[in-house]
Amino acid sequence: MQHVISVTVENKPGVLARIASMFARRDFNIHSLAVGPTEDPTRSRITMVVDGPEMEQIVKQLYKLVHTIKVVEHTPGEAIEREIMLVRVNADTLRRGEILEAANIFEAKAVDVGASTITFEVVGEPARLADFLEIMRTYGIVAQVKSGRIALAKDIKSPARKQKKTA
Amino acid sequence: MSQTITGADILIQALEREGVEVVFGVPGGAILKAYDSIFDSGIRHVLARHEQGAGHMASGYAHATGTTGVAFATSGPGATNLITPLADAYMDSIPVVAITAQVASASIGLDAFQEAHTWGISMPVTKHNYLVTDTSEISSTVHEAFHIAATGRPGPVLVDITKDALAGSIAWSGPSEIHLPGYKPSVKGHPKQVNAAIDMILASERPVLYAGGGIIRSEASEELRTFAEQQHLPVVTTLMARGAIPDSHELTLGMPGMHGSYTASTSMQKADLLIAVGARFDDRVTGDPQFFAPDARIIHVDVDPAEIGKIRTPDIPIVGDAKSVLTQLIDSGATALAHRPLPDRTPWFDQLAAWQRDYPLTYDQDPDGPIQQQYVIDELAKHSPPGTIVVAGVGQHQMWASQFWGFEEPKTWINSGGLGTMGYAVPAAIGAQQGRPDTMVLAIDGDGCFQMTFQELITAAVEGIPVKIAVMNNANLGMVRQWQRLFYNERYAGSELSATNPDVVMLAEAMGCAGFRAEHPDDVVPTIEKGLAVDDRPVVMEFVCDPDAMVFPMIKAGGSNDVIIMGPEDL
Repeated sequence: MQHVISVTVENKPGVLARIASMFARRDFNIHSLAVGPTEDPTRSRITMVVDGPEMEQIVKQLYKLVHTIKVVEHTPGEAIEREIMLVRVNADTLRRGEILEAANIFEAKAVDVGASTITFEVVGEPARLADFLEIMRTYGIVAQVKSGRIALAKDIKSPARKQKKTA
Repeated sequence: MSQTITGADILIQALEREGVEVVFGVPGGAILKAYDSIFDSGIRHVLARHEQGAGHMASGYAHATGTTGVAFATSGPGATNLITPLADAYMDSIPVVAITAQVASASIGLDAFQEAHTWGISMPVTKHNYLVTDTSEISSTVHEAFHIAATGRPGPVLVDITKDALAGSIAWSGPSEIHLPGYKPSVKGHPKQVNAAIDMILASERPVLYAGGGIIRSEASEELRTFAEQQHLPVVTTLMARGAIPDSHELTLGMPGMHGSYTASTSMQKADLLIAVGARFDDRVTGDPQFFAPDARIIHVDVDPAEIGKIRTPDIPIVGDAKSVLTQLIDSGATALAHRPLPDRTPWFDQLAAWQRDYPLTYDQDPDGPIQQQYVIDELAKHSPPGTIVVAGVGQHQMWASQFWGFEEPKTWINSGGLGTMGYAVPAAIGAQQGRPDTMVLAIDGDGCFQMTFQELITAAVEGIPVKIAVMNNANLGMVRQWQRLFYNERYAGSELSATNPDVVMLAEAMGCAGFRAEHPDDVVPTIEKGLAVDDRPVVMEFVCDPDAMVFPMIKAGGSNDVIIMGPEDL
């Protein structure tokens, strides 16, 4: 089972290396990772999708890193989750209309058109990106690249299971 | 008005503010500026013969004094040679600050002479580490490093400082405050959990208090003893906790685990409740965790939340420092006992006494030889003053020292538990002796371990640090030989050393130490008497021991703690 966690860290050089090193040392697996600045310039937020049953240890080991400020594990359905994807699909002139019609349903934007391919940009919930890929697979996917997932807890009273920092 | 000051001076002054009296190190090109500053300071520098020695000296010093040990090394190979001691201190939660120099910041990444990526290499073996490239950040970084090393779960912290940051000058207006928004170790346990723990203890018929190295680190021996007496709890002390409660105390069962006493290991298997304090359910204690203490509920007290539930899910987790939580437990326990009796645990204590009677730790010394290490350890203990600090390397001699030395005080047993670093004893003993000059420090070492780091005895002789080293020379890597005999069909691949080469006595003398040798059981006591009488230089006492002796009891690695091999007859 995959879990989505947001890790708020001090915005210091090497903090990503520390997290990656800890995951390697503890034999945890990262499925995807996105790092970026936050509303506070002294903080960065890392959104991670992690595999495996060891969530409690992952959260505790993240907290052991001196630069970790807060770890939030998102409850499914209680966070806004987004990914961005670029997909290049085989699209000869005969099937182009059909493909564009399908893309339209997913609000996928054609961002590049070649002699025999179209490249789409899709932004949205991870499941939606997966569905779009499934449809496009029938035409033939030439290349695909996906960002790490980003997530933000919904603005409701108890939006996510927040684990209190103790070390 | 501010004055100008160099980074090197800032570094040394920061160490002085931290109360550092001694650093162990080896200089080199990149760190020379710092050495130039230490030359004029009140800090003593002990010149190790190898940076690994310097690192273990810092760790031995920290073990013996309860303060933070400091090691210095230059860039590149100096820093990489410190990695083993840092990994060792990390596994055993020993507060050490390593100061390493880095090539000039403009040269980083260009494969400069003696450049190594020290920050990256040391990251997984330190509690935290730093690369400082700016003179103005040296002071705050050093103070952060000491704070992190000594608080919460202690551990090593490395500060790598570039040559130009050490050489640079800045206007100095005094040290700045440390700022660590993500570092807030818990001290006190949650009161509700503490009360729940007392309820569980008072309902237990077969409890065992499982005391780990955290007791020593948080200086909680008094609290441990008071709590054990108040709640009438038998106590096992792990390899890292030997001396946490006196071995002569009636509640003490000794060391559990792979080479632990039958009673200590079996008490945990049969317990209905384990109260783990500052212990981490290490595989050398638990064997296969699936079969460990199957009937026991678990109360787990640890300052590191990540230790709780890592191996065994507790019924009552308590995050907090051992000393603080034990104090809370004592208070809560006293309140509870005011209107509730202790349960009758007579059958449990009768059972424990029966095991102790039926399965004692024993050995046979044939008067005609060969010498048994247990006999040497027994005689060393009889001839050493109370409070002697015993330091061990790793292997058979370490296990026998832990089994047969009666530890009566905390911080009198120093060894490499988690990492199992052969060669630890000689430099760690030197560090301990430097920190505790009025106490006898005795290293019990194997010949394999000794040959990894004996050159530090030159340091001890030159610097006037009169440690005593007992080398158990069985001409083999004894524990490796034992495993080869038991599990590898007696194929002794790569484990045979030599009984005569080196000549340990001549080697000791060549290094400026006194040297004595015992080859026959009759020589053991006279050799000890001669060795312990020397106090003006380091002493090496060599005991030529039985190469075929094996450490028992033994639980096979990864096996169940229900299956304890008591001796060759059980094989």
